[in-house]
Amino acid sequence: MQLIFILEQVVNGLVLGGYYLLIALGLSLIFSVGGVVNLSHGAFYALGAYVSVEISRVLGFVPAIVLSPVAVGLIGVLFDRFILRRFYTADPILSLLVTFGLAMVAEQLIRIIWGAAPIPASLPAALKGAVIVGDFLFSQYRLLLLAVVAAVLAGIWYLLQRTAFGCVVRAGIQQPDMVAALGIRLQPYMTAVVVLGVGMAALGGALVAPITTVHPAMGAEIMTVAFVVVVIGGLGSFWGVVLAALLVGVVRGLTIHFVSSAGEASMYVLMFLVLLLRPRGLLGERIEKLEK
Amino acid sequence: MSKIRPDSAPQNRPLSRRSALKIGAGAAAVSAIGFPAVLRAQSEAIRIGHLTPMTGFLGTLGEWAVMGIQMAAEEINAAGGVMGRPLEVKSEDSINPDTASTKAQRMLERDGMEVLMGEISSASALAISQVALRNKRLFMALGPRSDTLRGKSCNRYMFCTDIPNTVMVNAVGTALLRDNMVTGKKFATLTADYVFGHDLLRAAKTFFDAHGAQHVSDELIATDVTDFSPYLLKVRQAQPDIVCLNLAGNQVTNFVKQYAEFGLPWPTVGFNLNTADAWAAGEGNLSGTWPTVWHHSLDTPASKAFVADFQDKHGKVPENHAWIEYIALKLLAQAMEETKSTDTEKLVDFFEKGAKFDILKGREAYFRAWDHQLIQEAYPFTVKAPGEAKSQWDILDLGPAVPAADQPLEVIYPSREQNPCSL
Repeated sequence: MQLIFILEQVVNGLVLGGYYLLIALGLSLIFSVGGVVNLSHGAFYALGAYVSVEISRVLGFVPAIVLSPVAVGLIGVLFDRFILRRFYTADPILSLLVTFGLAMVAEQLIRIIWGAAPIPASLPAALKGAVIVGDFLFSQYRLLLLAVVAAVLAGIWYLLQRTAFGCVVRAGIQQPDMVAALGIRLQPYMTAVVVLGVGMAALGGALVAPITTVHPAMGAEIMTVAFVVVVIGGLGSFWGVVLAALLVGVVRGLTIHFVSSAGEASMYVLMFLVLLLRPRGLLGERIEKLEK
Repeated sequence: MSKIRPDSAPQNRPLSRRSALKIGAGAAAVSAIGFPAVLRAQSEAIRIGHLTPMTGFLGTLGEWAVMGIQMAAEEINAAGGVMGRPLEVKSEDSINPDTASTKAQRMLERDGMEVLMGEISSASALAISQVALRNKRLFMALGPRSDTLRGKSCNRYMFCTDIPNTVMVNAVGTALLRDNMVTGKKFATLTADYVFGHDLLRAAKTFFDAHGAQHVSDELIATDVTDFSPYLLKVRQAQPDIVCLNLAGNQVTNFVKQYAEFGLPWPTVGFNLNTADAWAAGEGNLSGTWPTVWHHSLDTPASKAFVADFQDKHGKVPENHAWIEYIALKLLAQAMEETKSTDTEKLVDFFEKGAKFDILKGREAYFRAWDHQLIQEAYPFTVKAPGEAKSQWDILDLGPAVPAADQPLEVIYPSREQNPCSL
């Protein structure tokens, strides 16, 4: 019986990891293309949640999940055009500071617009409830969430690895000067990647809004986890982030199974161990900009 | 630390004319600025330092707290202030116990605050109460509910206005006993992992033991947890009859949303819930029986008038923290007016003599002299079925006051034998 309980936590951890992945992958993507650690990523997640709640009041649940990332993605265009673009080639500390400041401004803006009190959001009754497979219990909604994450993951992978767009982006990451010499302007590609990353954060926010507290500081909350995942996986590594997100989910679940109060601490211990043994993260490459 | 330089201060030289002039001018400046300041203080504002969490997992509640206390201050000032002096309430984010303690010390030492008020976090209140004790100044702990605060950690300078954990357990417990949901039942508990939660768990265990309930599992949950799925799996493994929450702030909202998401079959009850957390849960997510210290649907004329005024001002109904901060400032103003003083010792004596206060409830409240907590009615409430609510605020059904009208208020409070407070 004990073994089944442990297995159940492992499987649940994988599902949870899928959700961490959505946030962390966007963060990693923006970093790998622009070299910017976007500390305001959590703000787009929070915005995604708030905008989806507003849309769902008018149009219903499914349109909200689709439209909220689009709307927030458009804000991402402005974010890239007016802020990020100035920092792609600057000292990394500057972009850290500006995005950190932006995160605080965004949180206060949410407070001004929607108030400090959390806003209510519910799942449609049809999506509530559990699926029991053998001895395992799954939330029906989380399985759906996992399917969405898998689809997004596959889409992003395909886009980066199998399309002309992806070719330019990957070339731009490694040889920006060469790409420019070939007469390709990288800027629109950068913008597109930022929109993708920000849109994924917003999608994450929209998907969890019905099952978590929608409040102004939710972005700061998720940012810590997202950052831990990205650091463990290796900044900028696609599969590293996937691996780390799942690992963090499973380690957290297992820790809670044995010592319930240590659940949140477990991911920091994991990060500590990984960094001790492998400072660049599990699958990270050496980053010249940060390791001069 | 600066080093002492041998050449900087000649020790034995007679006072020069220049130095004498400087000292004279300095003394004149001090008397010019200092004395009128002392005189002016007589008609100056009475300054009250208000600390409450405005960020973090209790931040939602702090926003209500600020609205409540500021509204009381405005009303008192509009009616001429206290002893002719206006009240000035300075609200700040207490953030965490460390910061709360630093800010409390600064408020007393540098900002000239005469009284400290506020707090929702029991841990931060504990830290502030130590500052109050050291400085021998009044601290009114408005929102924290830990029994320890009124028990082992009580002190002469702290007064607590909210109901303690034991009362919340008793308020819900009375309703559960009536519905036959305690004796012989298996309870799985989830507990906030800090002083408040531990304390609430202790009160809950005492209640379970006293009424033959079986406590099958407990999960300690850090205050920053947002995903409860691993804990829900553990609750399922424990196979309880009833799931019982000793959580706080956003934890409650997160839990009830995810409990509804997983659709687990057992009824939930909880020994702590603030109306704001219930409002945040969203339709169809919250269920069960819970305790409260006050709710805007309370049917007394004074309470209804307060709700109407608050709605006029803020466009929404007040949450229980807005209420408690409102009545607390009012009763402090009453104490200052009646003692004609802002002196801590006089105020403490006044409260200890058992003065009665109208706190907008059916029965008046008073501070118990030997543990300094406000003795008052409490209420259980249940959640309306989906579709029954007339507005987003109208989701709860308030039960009858506990204890019943023919019983003394103190029966739901810890007795002298149960409460280790000695002042």
